[in-house]
Amino acid sequence: MVMILGKPAPLLFGQLLLGIINGSFYAMLSMGLAIIFGLLRIINFAHGAMFMIGAFVTWGLFNYLGLGFWWALILSPLIVGAAGFVLERTVIQRIYKLDILYGLLLTFGLAQIMGGVMENYFGSSGVSYDTPDLLSGVLNLGFMYMPVYRGFVVFAAAIICFATWFAIEKTKLGALLRAATENPALVQAFGVNVPRLIALTFAGGVGLAALAGVLAAPLYSVNPGMGDDLINTVFAVVVIGGMGSIGGAILTGFGLGIIEGFTDVFYPPGSAVVVFVVMAAVLLARPAGLFGKA
Amino acid sequence: MFGFSKAQAIGFLIMVAAVAIGPFVLYPIFLMQVMCFALFAMGANLLMGSIGLLSLGQAAYFGMGGYVCGYLVQSYGFTPEVGIIAGGLTGAALGAVFGWLAIRRQTIYFAMITLALAQIVYFFAVQDTDFTGGENGIQGIPRSALFGHLSLNNDLAMYALVAVIFLAGVLFVHRVVHSPFGQVVKAIRENEPRAISLGYKSEHYKWIIFIIAAALAGVAGATKAMVMGIETLTDVGAAASGLVVLMVLLGGIGTIYGPILGALVVVAMQYYLSSFGAWVTVIQGAIFMACVLVFRRGVIGELAYRLKTPL
Repeated sequence: MVMILGKPAPLLFGQLLLGIINGSFYAMLSMGLAIIFGLLRIINFAHGAMFMIGAFVTWGLFNYLGLGFWWALILSPLIVGAAGFVLERTVIQRIYKLDILYGLLLTFGLAQIMGGVMENYFGSSGVSYDTPDLLSGVLNLGFMYMPVYRGFVVFAAAIICFATWFAIEKTKLGALLRAATENPALVQAFGVNVPRLIALTFAGGVGLAALAGVLAAPLYSVNPGMGDDLINTVFAVVVIGGMGSIGGAILTGFGLGIIEGFTDVFYPPGSAVVVFVVMAAVLLARPAGLFGKA
Repeated sequence: MFGFSKAQAIGFLIMVAAVAIGPFVLYPIFLMQVMCFALFAMGANLLMGSIGLLSLGQAAYFGMGGYVCGYLVQSYGFTPEVGIIAGGLTGAALGAVFGWLAIRRQTIYFAMITLALAQIVYFFAVQDTDFTGGENGIQGIPRSALFGHLSLNNDLAMYALVAVIFLAGVLFVHRVVHSPFGQVVKAIRENEPRAISLGYKSEHYKWIIFIIAAALAGVAGATKAMVMGIETLTDVGAAASGLVVLMVLLGGIGTIYGPILGALVVVAMQYYLSSFGAWVTVIQGAIFMACVLVFRRGVIGELAYRLKTPL
């Protein structure tokens, strides 16, 4: 058996893959948080709950309507995004004039409600969702065996990240969004419907969380708490990378996932906390975060 | 004395009377829990109210205080007062390290950092089974005897100890807020650049407040562990951190009596609505949102506003 750094190669590559998968979710969620924060100036504490709802919608589409994974990939983000749009227009927009911390508290309450409701209906252990037929099976890469679905998740996440980055940094809509982030009053004066832009941004951000939830459904058990642990780590990712840039969020997300994967090989008990330890180190060396300005 | 206004002094007397009559009317264990959580919430309120920092990781100090106290009392046969003091010191020490890191950032980043650091403590509590007992927690902590002589096995004796700690905590927090130190802290919250330009090292003040809040959480957690005889992951998890923020928000940020009333309401909900299962979480979330949207002063804060006097 091939050994690398004193560990069997398949183990090392297996953990690396797991790390990249975790990193995909960190990247997708922290990107959504950064987009929402950019325009709304709130930290969406319910982002993990939106991810969880995205996974439950995926399950529901199949079990109640018979619509499979590929439908869910399109419908679930749309459904959750639409709900986010309504939520922004009815509730969240009421607190923009308040201290920035109230946004965190409001969405914290929202996350509790969403988690509690799902727990009442599905219990804390949740439900399971099968891997789509087309993506089941295992691929022999020569140096390791890779479940096809896991490879698909990495592939899909990379496309989603690139598409989001492209949409925000390179398109007209993205330019509008960035302009509104810099100076909403001026953009409004140019005739742009900024409140609607804000609602659409929130919808887009939570839609992205739901999309991550769809990808997660076949990987993990679909349960009310599935977003909680993830969002805590994502917050640390956001502190490390700062919320200034989409590219920074993507890089930090994948990077930390990989670090986590390797930690699991060399010091398993450390894998759960390594991201938080990195966060502490970054705070000491660069308090503003790796890509942050302030 | 202690900088109480007239209304606050009356409030304090009413509270002392309530604490004295309480155990003869309501279940003493319930009231002791309320007082422990009230002490915990008063610390969180020091951070939120006095200096305007929202911590989402206060359970780390609360839970670890409880674990250290429970471990010392159960495994080494230390007396309760040693356990409770050790719990407070544990909270303060942990708060000193975490606070030192967290005060490097402001507002929402501060909140996320405190949450993330608390996760480290949680994972430690899950894994280190020799000390914390992992999923089982520390069970069957003996109440033993205060100073080795006064048995606490009687609920009323335990109640008296908790009441003394709680009331001393109220006076202490009030004293801190109304001291010259507290005035500087208030100045930093109102206008930090100006306080800095006047020569105050704002990060030192934030750090000290953070440590005091963590120490109070540690004492509260240790006392609760002595009352209940168990210490589990519930007290160290993110949910407990959320609960204490809810208590402060519901009662009224920056008031003296707000966190106490908040603790009473929230603990009562958990006690009397426990048959509703996860719906309690939904109700708590709804109260959270209602407080933010329409009731930002909280119950005591609203009362103080109507009566035009600080409470």
